[in-house]
Amino acid sequence: MMKKAFVAVMTVALFLIAAPLTYGLSEAFKDSVYNPGELKPVDSQLKVKVGEPAPDFTLPSLSGEKITLSSFRDNKNVVLSFVPAAWTPVCSDQWPGYNIVKDIFDQNDAILLGITVDNIPTLYSWVREMGQLWFPVLSDFWPHGAVADAYGVLRSDGVTERALLFIDKKGVLRHAHVGDINVRPPMQVIVTELEKMNQAP
Amino acid sequence: MMKLISTLILLFFSCTFAFAVDVATPKEGESLPEMLFPAIEDAGVQKYLGVSGGEPFSVNDIQGEVVIVQIFSMYCPHCQADAPSVNELYKKIQNSSQIREKIKLLGIGAGNSNLEVDIFRQKYKVSFPLFEDERFVIHKQVGEVRTPYFIAAKKNSEGGWSVFYSKLGGIENADSFLKTIRQLSGL
Repeated sequence: MMKKAFVAVMTVALFLIAAPLTYGLSEAFKDSVYNPGELKPVDSQLKVKVGEPAPDFTLPSLSGEKITLSSFRDNKNVVLSFVPAAWTPVCSDQWPGYNIVKDIFDQNDAILLGITVDNIPTLYSWVREMGQLWFPVLSDFWPHGAVADAYGVLRSDGVTERALLFIDKKGVLRHAHVGDINVRPPMQVIVTELEKMNQAP
Repeated sequence: MMKLISTLILLFFSCTFAFAVDVATPKEGESLPEMLFPAIEDAGVQKYLGVSGGEPFSVNDIQGEVVIVQIFSMYCPHCQADAPSVNELYKKIQNSSQIREKIKLLGIGAGNSNLEVDIFRQKYKVSFPLFEDERFVIHKQVGEVRTPYFIAAKKNSEGGWSVFYSKLGGIENADSFLKTIRQLSGL
């Protein structure tokens, strides 16, 4: 009985301690955001290696234009920001921050490409809630998650990891940050890796 | 054995209570949670808040009659859009010799690192103090509110702060917000 009581109390206590998810959601999204709860931090295996060419791709963007990675070759460093899904808490709280750091990308001769596996209509509605974004938002909806899969950031449930991939002007992968899906990656990662990429010979 | 069970029951209730305290947003008439801040190096900020440098301090150490706390995030579009209005509010307070020393304004970057707070400060040219809350410690103390969120409190006789304004959303209009604060606080 003692053991049972102890287990019961500790289970409730642990639940209470673990229950609150830590993210500071903006009022911009009000109650429109779906909360998936705590997810397995990482659920895929990278298929790309630092120092090797990043797989090329062409994806439709929100503006209607098709964006090809290799079109930035010899011209811009590229950061791919994969976020798991539109209308979810951490993702809705990530790109709006990138929206005020265009100057950091400019200083490092870089472009940002935001990618999710959502379709264009969903992305359209979601991005409108964030206001105007300066960077292209690409849909890896069909064939579903093909680009994410080529990079090895497609999870077993069909959404992507929360990943930042840094690709230099030669089209070579310079850094891959695949963080805990439940947590926004620190801005410091972007600043540090952009500077490293820009300073490299 | 009964003693052990009653201890476990006590532990259960204290956990529940701690959780409840963690998530409650301070409402009008309640006390402002004792927010803790790291030592400030900037002499101007020390002077503004009336705290001495070199050591961490609590919100209760801030000198003034009213404190306005803005919970924001550099990742929050409404906070970004509201930043010019909050700057305007600060300017209006500082330009009035009547309230300059009495009303203190500060911002807490929920889940934001020092770098992220710096980005927000520089982008919007914020001149009132902004603090990082990278680990959501203060954000939890105020009930994990959405951002932006404003809490205003008046110094009470125990040296703490009594909340008289607690509201979700931006201030939007500096004049009407300041008027509300002055009316509610009696300043």
